[in-house]
Amino acid sequence: MVESQVFQMYELLSSVPRNAQSVLLELQRDKHIEFLTNGLRQLGPSFCVLDANRPWLCYWILHSIALLGDSVDDELENNTIDFLSRCQDPNGGYGGGPGQMPHLATTYAAINALITLGGHRSLSSINRGKVYTFLRRMKDPSGAFRMHDAGEMDVRACYTAISVASVLTILDDELVKGVGNFILSCQTYEGGISGEPGSEAHGGYTFCGLATMVLIGEVNRLDLTSLIDWVVFRQGVEGGFQGRTNKLVDGCYSFWQGGVFALIQKLHSIIEEQLRLLDAGGSAIDSPQLASISCHSGKRGLHDTSGSAKFSNIGFNFLKEPAEMEPLFHSIALQQYIILCSQLQEGGFRDKPGKHRDYYHTCYCLSGLSVAQYSYSKDADSPPLPRAVFGPYSNLLEPIHPLYNVILDLYHEAHEFFSTS
Amino acid sequence: MEWKEEGEERPLSQRPEWSDVTPVPQDDGPNPVVPIAYKDDFTETMDYFRAVYFADERSLRSLHVTAEAIHMNAGNYTVTLSNLDFDFAENLFLENEAIGRIASRVEAVVWHFRRLILEALNADLHEELNFIKKVANGNPKNYQIWHHRRWVAEKLGSDATSKELDFTKKILSLDAKNYHAWSHRQWVLQELGGWEDELDYCKQLLEDDIFNNSAWNQRYFVITKSPFLGGLEAMRESEVNYTVGAIIAKPENESPWRYLRGLYKDDAQSWVNDPQVSSVCLTVLSAKRNTVFALSTLLDLLCHGFQPSQDFINAVDALKTPDLDQSDSNLATAVCSVLGHMDPMRVNYWAWRKNKLPAQTA
Repeated sequence: MVESQVFQMYELLSSVPRNAQSVLLELQRDKHIEFLTNGLRQLGPSFCVLDANRPWLCYWILHSIALLGDSVDDELENNTIDFLSRCQDPNGGYGGGPGQMPHLATTYAAINALITLGGHRSLSSINRGKVYTFLRRMKDPSGAFRMHDAGEMDVRACYTAISVASVLTILDDELVKGVGNFILSCQTYEGGISGEPGSEAHGGYTFCGLATMVLIGEVNRLDLTSLIDWVVFRQGVEGGFQGRTNKLVDGCYSFWQGGVFALIQKLHSIIEEQLRLLDAGGSAIDSPQLASISCHSGKRGLHDTSGSAKFSNIGFNFLKEPAEMEPLFHSIALQQYIILCSQLQEGGFRDKPGKHRDYYHTCYCLSGLSVAQYSYSKDADSPPLPRAVFGPYSNLLEPIHPLYNVILDLYHEAHEFFSTS
Repeated sequence: MEWKEEGEERPLSQRPEWSDVTPVPQDDGPNPVVPIAYKDDFTETMDYFRAVYFADERSLRSLHVTAEAIHMNAGNYTVTLSNLDFDFAENLFLENEAIGRIASRVEAVVWHFRRLILEALNADLHEELNFIKKVANGNPKNYQIWHHRRWVAEKLGSDATSKELDFTKKILSLDAKNYHAWSHRQWVLQELGGWEDELDYCKQLLEDDIFNNSAWNQRYFVITKSPFLGGLEAMRESEVNYTVGAIIAKPENESPWRYLRGLYKDDAQSWVNDPQVSSVCLTVLSAKRNTVFALSTLLDLLCHGFQPSQDFINAVDALKTPDLDQSDSNLATAVCSVLGHMDPMRVNYWAWRKNKLPAQTA
């Protein structure tokens, strides 16, 4: 049983001598980098199951390396840019591999990977105009997005589309319209958000839904207090997060659920207002007076009709909101789970003890670890106090932008690049 | 429409019916990253797929090659360990819901093209359901398969209803929380019908496992949407009874507590005023075991104006530990204190709740 396996590991920690203890508490940077770089260079035949997802592999690996404060050599960098360019469809968007049909998820992954590489060559390889065309094509009359031509429609598709549009500064009314209604219809009676209306509240979709609502300036329409109440209870006795009520813990939810808290911390004023309205006996949700708070930067209302300018700075200004509340989850317990249970000494991270390591879990365990380490920092990038970091201070990772899950510095570089070109 | 003749093992390049086709290799470029060391037969199948896809040939042999590509990626495909030093079992992808969510095992275009061919050939879609069933057997968590199934079911209309309900039921009997299966089942009910036995089905699943949150979620879906049941308000009383029973049986089970709250969605006043709600809290609190959700619910009630009787105050008092402030001015503050102590994982949350209590809570 997972719980007992996990507690065995925690007990092991307290029973071994000090110097062995410190090894267990350490982030095995070198081993992780080795595991990650090997993946970028060569993958075995069992990876053919991910044949349609190579941009994801690029993103998972590159983002993980960047979180560890490292980077790839020029040759790998150039090869990656070239490879991702081959995944770019002439009509816009990125497919899972060269010549494959463009897909929203692989588009998100490719663009985040290119932002993670950074630099002029990488960023200019993205054909923004064509990406916009692709996004418009994926837009459904209902307001939601399809993952690909005649593909499935869900909250994940909305997030990948909106995230990409936002970071490329091409988000406009046409892309935004109806998205809020769709996501709202996916907030369940439990408080979390599901993939489609009626489905179960789920960590991955809750992150996607919340982040999307922030990016389109409509986060005030969600019942945030219910959402918070649901997500706090997703942290289990092991310290890690589960994806749904009464399911098992999984390292990847360190980011999907943990990331929700990073967003919540910056929504303080909206939450306050919802609580105040509840107190006054009204309905907290979908209230027009919250609309003006929802759009950040100097409380500017959503009445600025200058197309993409209206949305283009939301992601940027979000960072300026100070984190006015303590993190509502147990940051140290999460870090403990990630380092002691998900981390493998030989490199890489896994779902839980007994599972194999993989690049997806490596990416999201590290992303979650970063979120947890910075959760007591008032500003997105101010270095945490030592007591906020589990294990030696050298475990500290690079900070991320919690809406897009890219490294903060690299986000700023991309934002600068796309705002001025 | 079998995807492969029995015993047909010859590679495509050696089959006469493919002799007029020039396979198209993948254009990875000179220095690809994340290069996958494809096995030869996989490479060959995909090369032939690309050939017919780019030629837009919507024929029977194209259909066969899509089936082959799908089967190859779909778990019947044995792989040797990679030359890297770890064991990357196929099952990793099958078991891991999160990965299954992101990774489509065969590119979307293969499925997409297959659908175009099925339309062009006016294929028997009941057969297609069988094809999908075989593929889904090894891949219950793959998006493409479920999306394809939905497409076929939509075309077949209400002819497919019982088959789809049976199919999802079977998948759920193997994994009662499979997210794709539940979404598909909900889609079938809404688009094609078949609601009659659904509440019973939920009841059955909950008898098997009262902690199955997916079943609770489905129950909520049924009572709110079934055209046979009259809607949430009409069902509320019987559902409250059912839920209270589940809570008493296992007070540590989060699902029924959330479900109970959900029964009063958009009507907090009725929730506060329902004596069954406050009374189940009191019952659990008085038993002094597994009280976290009872306390949390009581806290929410108080925040919505619930006026507690002395019994509640006594019950909470009995849960206080000596180190807690015994003079908490009101019950809500006391509840937050008790929770902060009893539920340390959420200590920050309970502190925040205490800080944000509405002015006039008891």
